[in-house]
Amino acid sequence: MTDRPEEKGQAQRGPDSLRDQGTGGGFEHTHAQGKAEHDQPTHFAFDEQSEREVEKFIARYPAGKQASAVIPLLYVVQKQTGRQTGSAWVPRVAMDVIAKRLGMPAIRVYEVATFYFMFNTKPIGRYHLQVCGTTPCMLRGSDDVLRACKDAGGLKGYGDTSADGNFTLTEVECLGACVNAPILQVDDDYYEDLDYDSTVKLIEALKRGERPRPGSVIGRQTSAPEGGPNTLTGVEE
Amino acid sequence: MALSDKDRIFTNLYGTQPWNLQAAKMRGDWDGTAGFIGKGRDWIIEEVKNSGLRGRGGAGFPTGMKWSFMPKQSDGRPAYLVVNADESEPGTCKDRDIIRHDPQKLIEGCLIAGFAMNAVAGYIYIRGEYYNEAMVLEAAIAEAYEAGLLGKNAAGSGYDFDLYVHRGAGAYICGEETALIESLEGKKGMPRLKPPFPAAVGLYGCPTTVNNVETIAVVPTILRRGAGWFAGFGRPKNAGTKVFCISGHVNKPCNVEAEMSIPLRELIDRYAGGVRGGWDNLLAVIPGGSSVPLLPKHICDDVLMDFDALREHRSGLGTAGVIVMDKSTDVVRAIARLAHFYKHESCGQCTPCREGTGWMKRVMDRMVRGEAEIEEIDVLEQVTRQVEGHTICALGDAAAWPIQGLIRHFRPEMERRILERQGRTVPLAAE
Repeated sequence: MTDRPEEKGQAQRGPDSLRDQGTGGGFEHTHAQGKAEHDQPTHFAFDEQSEREVEKFIARYPAGKQASAVIPLLYVVQKQTGRQTGSAWVPRVAMDVIAKRLGMPAIRVYEVATFYFMFNTKPIGRYHLQVCGTTPCMLRGSDDVLRACKDAGGLKGYGDTSADGNFTLTEVECLGACVNAPILQVDDDYYEDLDYDSTVKLIEALKRGERPRPGSVIGRQTSAPEGGPNTLTGVEE
Repeated sequence: MALSDKDRIFTNLYGTQPWNLQAAKMRGDWDGTAGFIGKGRDWIIEEVKNSGLRGRGGAGFPTGMKWSFMPKQSDGRPAYLVVNADESEPGTCKDRDIIRHDPQKLIEGCLIAGFAMNAVAGYIYIRGEYYNEAMVLEAAIAEAYEAGLLGKNAAGSGYDFDLYVHRGAGAYICGEETALIESLEGKKGMPRLKPPFPAAVGLYGCPTTVNNVETIAVVPTILRRGAGWFAGFGRPKNAGTKVFCISGHVNKPCNVEAEMSIPLRELIDRYAGGVRGGWDNLLAVIPGGSSVPLLPKHICDDVLMDFDALREHRSGLGTAGVIVMDKSTDVVRAIARLAHFYKHESCGQCTPCREGTGWMKRVMDRMVRGEAEIEEIDVLEQVTRQVEGHTICALGDAAAWPIQGLIRHFRPEMERRILERQGRTVPLAAE
């Protein structure tokens, strides 16, 4: 049974899919392999901007411990692919480039790329809609946020990419912004205190190529209570 | 007596002021740092011990004692401080505010803690999703270097200390300290067996201490205001102030710094605008992040928010992420969603957790719909006991406890669904 990065999708990836096999799941992803292989480019090289970042990251770790830079370098790749193609993901050939650069076996890079949830091992839409569905967001209406993403984004459900290539929809686990629930993360930005209507509005804006300001959509001061802080009011401005 | 603003450590919790170094210094950061370092390691560790500070990341281990486990003399290996900013416990979002609004408190704390444990460098491991927060932290560290507060002769103390940010990439398990170290070394985040503990063999095989963001960030203020000041808040052994995150069915969800041992009801009423629909509309509260068992209303009525009081009720303070559920909540689904979370986040290393979290999730999903037999509630409870305590790290326990809490306090609701689905009448308890 192989565990190759290109076999994983957004909805089924990393250690989860391994677990599913162990607990009665099938081998369904092996036949998806052929299809995914077509998506893999045959060449990758860091561009100038990426090279600068690569150097910066590697310098953070002691000599001989440069394997520590594997996560930072996977991010560099994902950003560069996003810049160049509009789809932020990590092709397998780029993992090989990272392995070479850091002097580690390629399998170790594949392991890391598939273990951590934030690396997309296949192409995604232009905007990555990541709905937090964990209990604190669920209590505040993440079901509505999901419904709005489907309706406005033209998405069938988690794991889907819209026909126009604009959006990929992913369910994520707790984003750590629970007092501003429910949250939708668009690429790197959190949009907070959402409901159905404000989520639709956000997605419509993205479709027009706009990028609304991240944070609370109801104008709250970050994590302070709605209507303004009731502590720290005496602190000098 | 409610905590007054002059006794709050995180005076820029909401980001009403800039996060930059100049503004941070106006708020009192980096005042006298070299002087504290001049007093030596033992003095710092003693002050932290006397303050009663317990780790703010969930386990509540006494911080000063943890630091004292680090070797006094190096055997040639360097030592490291690692800050756990992998804030991922559902219900918890306090470190995010410290990092994006008050990063200099954390950076100054890193220098002091790093010195106290003889560390040559510190790594702040921040969860990958906190991208914008990591950008602020990187910029704040650059500012500190620029001002001579980090690097050679940091803050004029004569001590050399480097500090780096390292982003994670979406794995709850990396909040476990040895998984975090593995991840920082460039591997999958799979926890290590202990012993050896990180203080003996940690990052790169070197002595390492892993502390939570809030733990480190309160230390400079404790040294400036004195251990006695900090110890003056909360009940004995539960000292200090604490950032609480109040989410869910309250009128005004928020983060707030309050004194330890504050009554739960006062915390919700005073700071979070009360329970939606009034206190009597309360169903249950998860008081310390998703890993701790929930408490039904009658316990919430008068329970205090500290380590010991919550433990007495078979729950815990955890990270102080308070998740409030009113009577409209589908409480079985709320806990089933947590079961899904733990299944998703299990690293797969230990069989009881890898298989157990998936099994528990599937049974919980059926419990939501009542597609089960009454006896299966007991089987579920029994399985949680077989996961709990049988794994390398505490994720297995964390997956078991919420379900145990549900069965303990809401078994009648689970039975009602099962009977309803079977078309049987629900027996009413004699009133």
